[in-house]
Amino acid sequence: VQITQRDELQEKLRLLEIVPLIQRGDQWAMDLDAIVRRHPAVCLVDELAYSNPPGSLFGQRWQEVAYLLDQGINVVTAVNLQHISEQQDRIEEITGKRSSVSFPEAFLRAADEIVVVDVCADDLAGVADGAGDPRQERARKLSELRELALILAADVVENQLQTYMERHGIHQTWGTQERILVCITPRSNAREMIESGRRNAERSHGQLFALYVEQQNLSREAEEVLEANMDLARRLGAEAHTVAGQDPVTAILDFARAQRVTQIFIGHSQRSRFLPWVRNPVDRLIEAAEGMDVRVFPQH
Amino acid sequence: LKRLKEWMSASSLNTEGAGSGAPRRRGKLKIFLGYAAGTGKTYRMLEEAQRLKASGVDVVVGYFEPHGRKETIAKTEGLEFVPRQRIYYRGSEFEDMDTAAILRRRPAVCVVDELAHTNVPGSERKKRWEDVAILRATGIDVLTSLNIQHLESLNDQVWHVTGIRVRETIPDWVVQEADELEMVDLTPRALIHRLERGVVYGPEKAQQALENFFTEGNLTALREIALRQTAQQIEDQIDDAVSPRIQTTRRAEKSDRFLVVISPEPHTAMLIRRGKRVADYLHSECFGIFVANDPRWSSLSPEEREAVERHLNFSKLLRIEVQVVIGTDLAQTVLDFAREHQIRQIFISRGNPAATRLVRLAKDMVITVVSERTRQR
Repeated sequence: VQITQRDELQEKLRLLEIVPLIQRGDQWAMDLDAIVRRHPAVCLVDELAYSNPPGSLFGQRWQEVAYLLDQGINVVTAVNLQHISEQQDRIEEITGKRSSVSFPEAFLRAADEIVVVDVCADDLAGVADGAGDPRQERARKLSELRELALILAADVVENQLQTYMERHGIHQTWGTQERILVCITPRSNAREMIESGRRNAERSHGQLFALYVEQQNLSREAEEVLEANMDLARRLGAEAHTVAGQDPVTAILDFARAQRVTQIFIGHSQRSRFLPWVRNPVDRLIEAAEGMDVRVFPQH
Repeated sequence: LKRLKEWMSASSLNTEGAGSGAPRRRGKLKIFLGYAAGTGKTYRMLEEAQRLKASGVDVVVGYFEPHGRKETIAKTEGLEFVPRQRIYYRGSEFEDMDTAAILRRRPAVCVVDELAHTNVPGSERKKRWEDVAILRATGIDVLTSLNIQHLESLNDQVWHVTGIRVRETIPDWVVQEADELEMVDLTPRALIHRLERGVVYGPEKAQQALENFFTEGNLTALREIALRQTAQQIEDQIDDAVSPRIQTTRRAEKSDRFLVVISPEPHTAMLIRRGKRVADYLHSECFGIFVANDPRWSSLSPEEREAVERHLNFSKLLRIEVQVVIGTDLAQTVLDFAREHQIRQIFISRGNPAATRLVRLAKDMVITVVSERTRQR
């Protein structure tokens, strides 16, 4: 721990045993050997993103922490979002700065436990008076960083939830995730459907599927449009499937049930106008899709 | 129907008349959000109150729920309490926050624990958040605490995750209007440990809680919901004009307006929550419509009439602009209304007999037919 004059922290440290730092050149470093010799049950290591002075066994502090974990010592550490390597681009977008020290995101994701230390941006930035106040700009940046930190923590928690469910043999979705099936045809307005589905799935960290039920005798032009639609779906992160089936409604429902889909996106049917005696497939889908939402989109 | 009309003409929350009448700055609201009891919201809130007091701010505690937690109680030391009021109702005595006394005391900041609390019967207002609105209307800043499961729009999701229907809910806009929302986080394991040590509840209640609500799976899922909700609210409060990153994600469907078709159907509440949540996410306007055959709603049974009134009230509570329109053809009336109001997205319940006809008629619109989701575990 290195403390720069924060009395409250001094107070908190007073009752804890401290393994002294060692000096290397004009820099201070954690005394890894001393910690391993002392072999505590738990070791606190502040500032995970830190480049060690030359001559250290490990170049980065996170590598030292990994070493302590290997030795069977539990570690409690503190990290800032802007020190995660993979977040550098987004951080730069927000703050215009990149950090000179960093650690890999995988290291954070592999943590057994994560706790968010949340504070409102206004508290950090001081109270802003209104537009144009530099403190307001600072508060806005802090808010964006805060949002990213919370989302990252939510992702880590979600992984924990998956692990927990696997360990307990729970195979159902936990109700927080949307599993969206976009039905693709040559005529469908694929972009709107897929983009809407993707946003929806992303927000809940769910899954996006694109399904084409094979139609006979497609014109060459229609086939090209279809291929473009499926490509788009894949590019936007959908798992694209093609199935054969006499009846598209049955094929869609079979697929949806097997994949535990929560929402089906489909284009409006245009058949009823010309063949009034044939039951409209969208009607049939709505009637049969028990437990699933059906969202019907305008066609091209 | 008369009652409904009166209700609809009255503003949903009339706080302007409160206080002395002199215009003043509205008090700020800061919410400490947790994903379950025992994460340390109240403790953090009191810490903040102490910090404010130390810097010379006039702070009082309007309501505090000690739950017998020693460390939390210790944090109230030195803070001024406004005594609770005694309320007599049907021969019993209850205690609750004394809003009138706080208004007389007129502090700069007031601590009000448990924002989602339902007031004891016989109180002037039904919900604590209404009392908080009164305090803020007179310029008092409020620090308060809330658990994620009480948020109205998450009601179905929380039920899915935990199997528990939370009855005490709070409309999302109350939370959205907060000046600050801070998440008080703790790992589920640490929380379970606190529960086992008897820090959160007494032994009997703790055991019960551990077996039902406080399982590691439930807590982990609720925690994820709370983290995402907080992140979402932070994003919503960032002015999109100044953040290019957010601007691009937000612009997509922003222009779409939403309409929810209200009916006596029992799943209408779920439908309303779903429509409103999607619209909120996209920062879009959300309307509600109920189509009646005639002005006397004569085609409905008394029970159905009551259900519709309840659903209209619920919509208004969530700040959905609702309209009752007379028409004999439900699907056509909804469609006409949508066209007239430049609405492109309609939410209708799967059980609504007009659903498929609406889909057939509205080929230029996005229609979401909402199903009741069964809880599978």
